[in-house]
Amino acid sequence: MTAPPGLRFSGRVLSGAAQVLAPMSLSVAAGRWTCLLGPSGVGKSTLLHCFAGLGDDLLLDGTAEAGDGAPLAGRVALMAQSDLLLPWLTARDNVTIGARLRRERRGHAGAARLLERVGLHGLAGRKPHALSGGQRQRAALARTLFEDCPVVLLDEPFSALDVANRARMQELAAAELRGRTVLHVTHDPAEAARLGEHIVLLTPAGVSEVPAGAPRAFPRAPDADDTLALTGRLTRLLLDAA
Amino acid sequence: MRGLRGALPVLFGLALWQGAIVVLGPPPYILPGPVRVAGALWENRALLAENALVTIAEVLIGLALGAVLGWITAIGLALSPSARRMVRPLLVFSQSVPVFALAPIFTLWFGYGLAAKIAMALLIIYFPVTSAFFDALVSTPRGWVEQARVMGAGPGRIMWCVRVPAALPGLLSGLRLAAVYAPIGAIIGEWVGASRGLGYLMLLANGRAKIDLMFAVVLVVAALTILLHRAVDGLANRVEARRRA
Repeated sequence: MTAPPGLRFSGRVLSGAAQVLAPMSLSVAAGRWTCLLGPSGVGKSTLLHCFAGLGDDLLLDGTAEAGDGAPLAGRVALMAQSDLLLPWLTARDNVTIGARLRRERRGHAGAARLLERVGLHGLAGRKPHALSGGQRQRAALARTLFEDCPVVLLDEPFSALDVANRARMQELAAAELRGRTVLHVTHDPAEAARLGEHIVLLTPAGVSEVPAGAPRAFPRAPDADDTLALTGRLTRLLLDAA
Repeated sequence: MRGLRGALPVLFGLALWQGAIVVLGPPPYILPGPVRVAGALWENRALLAENALVTIAEVLIGLALGAVLGWITAIGLALSPSARRMVRPLLVFSQSVPVFALAPIFTLWFGYGLAAKIAMALLIIYFPVTSAFFDALVSTPRGWVEQARVMGAGPGRIMWCVRVPAALPGLLSGLRLAAVYAPIGAIIGEWVGASRGLGYLMLLANGRAKIDLMFAVVLVVAALTILLHRAVDGLANRVEARRRA
């Protein structure tokens, strides 16, 4: 993995005549975990799509680029809310799908190691339908790690999980993705309070950075006083913006 | 027990047929009874087998070619929007021309041999296979395609590794339909001009007023079609089961 670059966005996004992301600018710190918190429909995912180079039907009036000026293509991994595992492939083959898509020769040994690291030891040969929701999202995380990209875009990847699974996945992802530039889109203040080294609030009124304070541990414990206080503050900010 | 349950509808059909003979008493040159037809089946078994082999060959070759051509066309259309704009209206047009109207033209072009019948079988299944597979290809879940694009895959690799496997059920349902349609194409081809095959034998028997033989041929065609459908269906089910396992 190369040194993680920061991310810069400025401009607005149109879909046909409609504006799906109002004019804004955002900069994401290199090698840090930034949570982009905001209500549904404000254009958070659109922003991620711009960095991922997706959205043929979207028109970006502005720039979405890496802080080091080099192209982002090939340096970005995306993890979405749905696990996007291909149902006809085993967990192992799903993890290595990127290599197959790029015609790279990379052994399955790495995939097996990654699956073990995310807690799917012994399940590498299973197809997605034989995995639980939590296990599937773990396999998706292993696939993201296999890509080994310096920039990781997370589009509400834990929001479909139950509370306990979500908390475990947050810890796992925080440990495994540490040191990369992570832009994590979420609408859950508690999740932003746990994971965000930087927290950016995106509302119809605009963009503002919320001081997250220096965490004693990363990720913050879900029941620590400062996490709960930060969750409360973020919730209040979302309420006031609505 | 299961065999008996499968045989019940057949026995019921035969009973209806025999009942109609007893109640209506039609002359045998209009509607021969099941026993007479069974007799004709047995007496002409060599003739039927010989001609059935010809028709089977036409159907199988037409089915294989139609499936491959449909597969290629669907992928081409899914990859290229401009090809879609050019070719799709032509495909629809080709389907709006009755197959019967094309049969004489094919005989003119390809002669009285196998080729014209294979072309008929191919033509009749080409559209269902193409459109079933194409529809499945273009409805690949968007997230899978986007994920693959972020991973650095080009359109060709996305097609091969994601869209084609995702659309496999669509291709299989197209093939199931094709298995039923293909014999129709071959028989029509044989009616228009042939010296061998079940369609030819049907017309020959009709011309010579051998109505019991004509019915025997109809039964053989029906049985072949059912067998072909069963075989393709079984194969498709096995492929689908393997994918899920």
